[in-house]
Amino acid sequence: MDILVIHLFNALLYASVLFLIAGGLSLIYGVMRIVNLAHGNLYAFGAYVTAWVVGQALAGAHPVILYLLLPAGAFAAALLGAILEPTLLRPFYRRAEEYQLLVTFGLLMILEDLMRFFWGPYPLTATSLFEKMGSLKIGESVYPRYNLLVISIGVLAAGFLWAFVYKTRFGVVLRATSQDMRRASAMGVNVNRVYIQAFTIGCFMAGLGGAIVVPGQSAVLGMGVDALVLAFVVVVVGGLGSLEGALVGALIVGIVREFGVSVFPEVELAVLYLIAVVVLLVRPAGLFGRTA
Amino acid sequence: MNLLQTTKLTKHFGETHAVDGVDFTVNEGEVLALIGSNGAGKTSLVNVVSGLLRPDSGSIVFRGADVTDLSVHDRIHAGIARSFQLVNLFDQLTLLDNVALSIFSREDLTRKLLALADHHRAVWEEAFEILRQFGLAVSATQLAGGISQGERKLLDVAIAFALRPRLLFLDEPTSGVSTREKAPIMDVITSVVRSNNITAVIIEHDMDVVFKYSDRIVAMHQGSILASGTPDEIRRNEAVTTNLLGAAHA
Amino acid sequence: MSTVPLTLQARSPMKALPWAVPVALLLFALPQAIDPYKTILLAYGLVMGIAALGFNLLLGYTGLLSFGHSAYFGVGAYAVALIFKYFHVRSMELFLLGAILASLVVSALFGFVCVRYTRIFFGILTLALSQVLWSLAFKFYPITGGTDGLRVPTPTLLGLPLDTAGDKILFLARNYYYYVLGFFFACVLVMWVIVNSPFGKALQAIRDNETRAEFVGIHIRRYRFVAFLVSGVFTGIAGALWVPLNGLTTPDILYWPFSGEIVFMTVLGGFRTFSGPIFGAVVFNYLKTSAVGFTTYWQALLGAILVFLVLALPGGIVGTVVQLFPMLKKRFSR
Repeated sequence: MDILVIHLFNALLYASVLFLIAGGLSLIYGVMRIVNLAHGNLYAFGAYVTAWVVGQALAGAHPVILYLLLPAGAFAAALLGAILEPTLLRPFYRRAEEYQLLVTFGLLMILEDLMRFFWGPYPLTATSLFEKMGSLKIGESVYPRYNLLVISIGVLAAGFLWAFVYKTRFGVVLRATSQDMRRASAMGVNVNRVYIQAFTIGCFMAGLGGAIVVPGQSAVLGMGVDALVLAFVVVVVGGLGSLEGALVGALIVGIVREFGVSVFPEVELAVLYLIAVVVLLVRPAGLFGRTA
Repeated sequence: MNLLQTTKLTKHFGETHAVDGVDFTVNEGEVLALIGSNGAGKTSLVNVVSGLLRPDSGSIVFRGADVTDLSVHDRIHAGIARSFQLVNLFDQLTLLDNVALSIFSREDLTRKLLALADHHRAVWEEAFEILRQFGLAVSATQLAGGISQGERKLLDVAIAFALRPRLLFLDEPTSGVSTREKAPIMDVITSVVRSNNITAVIIEHDMDVVFKYSDRIVAMHQGSILASGTPDEIRRNEAVTTNLLGAAHA
Repeated sequence: MSTVPLTLQARSPMKALPWAVPVALLLFALPQAIDPYKTILLAYGLVMGIAALGFNLLLGYTGLLSFGHSAYFGVGAYAVALIFKYFHVRSMELFLLGAILASLVVSALFGFVCVRYTRIFFGILTLALSQVLWSLAFKFYPITGGTDGLRVPTPTLLGLPLDTAGDKILFLARNYYYYVLGFFFACVLVMWVIVNSPFGKALQAIRDNETRAEFVGIHIRRYRFVAFLVSGVFTGIAGALWVPLNGLTTPDILYWPFSGEIVFMTVLGGFRTFSGPIFGAVVFNYLKTSAVGFTTYWQALLGAILVFLVLALPGGIVGTVVQLFPMLKKRFSR
């Protein structure tokens, strides 16, 4: 029984982080119709910034301050997104999709090396945040309290995002733009502004994913590239452009992964990719996608 | 003899009955004009018969065989071809390539992947001859993306014609060109169609064009066939004049 | 009718000959003039050229952007490594045969799924499928050696006995270079015939206008599938030829950023031209090698070049040259 609960928590932990990354990717695609191959790097960037900031402040700082510094990576990723969208991506909206993919692939290469430049080739950690929270007894087993914090942040983020998209004026504008950019523009929506806002929020989510993951595991080069493919699996399963889809997709991937790691470790990743393929074949637009 | 016969053909888009139980007949050898106001269902009918849209119900019989469930490419090989109101060309290929492709496809040569296309001399000579008939020979080696709107309309028809279909649907072959260009384009198209004994169905808005070039006219209204007959009969048909010609021809 | 042959001659693909012959002669003579390391680098470039050529049958001629061509390259390479590991064969011809069969099977399986989609979904699907293979190569340590990869010794060429005392570098720069060059010429010729065949015209028609292609009687999915197969096999051949140069097969060549590199070199050379991907592959290879030698941050340098390229020179090297010198083009077309 305890084992089951721990597996469940692990699945949720994994799903929370994946939801943040994939939700951001999906939000950006839904509004801007752009697939950002560098999205995983923004997740990695968030992880690096948080690890670095926490590392800098570690000496003598009050623990509460350290936890308050956790979202630093998310804000840094959002800032980076707000710079990148108008400078690099905007010239490409009218161009063919191939060019959009290529330019974001170029961006991926640049960001990867920028992180190597700033933080070197070695992993960066913020384990003190993880250790300081200690563990929780679940029956006979122990479980790190920090992981529960990550899960709650994931749940909070999902709730916040839902309220934001469906309950605010900005959400209405966002959804209108995603449904019909031209009509929204004709109705007086400043599409450029919506785009930069959507992109910034998407990057914030990815950065937050990185920020909350880094106390539990270290920030390493290549983590963004790994994460992107998994985020693809999530959005393909859930439906590209759908936030509900990203949530369900993240849960499915989280559960399959947690189950897979213990039952069929060799093919655990292959199974995930195959799930994505099967979903695309059966429901091309994903479980929650709008049919094209 | 009936070349094409549809029976109770129906296509709905939500509440709109674009094609509503239509029995439509095309006779071998005629040039038939399909008329009707915007939204009467002309293009929808052609889309269903040519295979672009699946009908909700009803059947399509072509040369005695049921083609209702055939795919587009099988329908082409059976002998039904069409042009498009908004031209559909291969913009990055030359005019010659555009037409030659139809011939390659017709002769079942497109599956050849280890032989140079240029070695099929007869194909290129035929393609060039077709371009000449359509008055496009001077631009033969230009890219289709770079010619005038009038030429594009003609090329669209030429591509369909090169398939040597038994039945050719022409969806508003003169829409989007200046009034001055309309007559020359129709002259070219009808002379090519008639001299090659191709049965043609032309969707057209311009009544002068319709009366001048067609053998028979079918008038559609709200997804159904309102009347059918020779140009003179249609001119005198009361239902047609009140519903269609009234506005345009008063 | 006398105008017809004239018009046809002006657009004959034979006009490529005046510059194809000098380039071929140059490639043949170069190893005598440059040092062995540079020759081996050129061999890498030619191998990648074959891969890019195969890739561009999909992108440039069929209008499908695959982000998963690492799969077929990797399958070709791993076929070689596994044939050696389990059958102790060292014949390059058998290696290639195995690689062709393996890449044919895998591209048939993947192609069956992928050609149902176009645009962004095609890209994501090809990527996801390539990652299935990557994760298998990565995780099945007993078979694939995981990240350590599999070592493959120098193969025998055309059944000739190996001079075991010979210098490996010299072997690669001489015997193997000409072996690769032979395959390169053959692949270029075959691909050139394919894109200029009636089938190739049909692919270009599908690229330009899917609906109209269907309405001239082309079974689109079937044609895309065949193009996918040809593309996959070319890339598989490249993967097999790559193995002796590298001596080691690792999961890196199955990982999706490697697919990105294939896209990169194709766009660098120009995907709207036949020779663009070949030039792009050779140039990319030199560019990457010198960038790696020049800075730790070679990746950022290449990324910046890619962004610049897409922004300023979307036609790539060959496309831009053709555009800049229309006179040149005219002269060749006579």
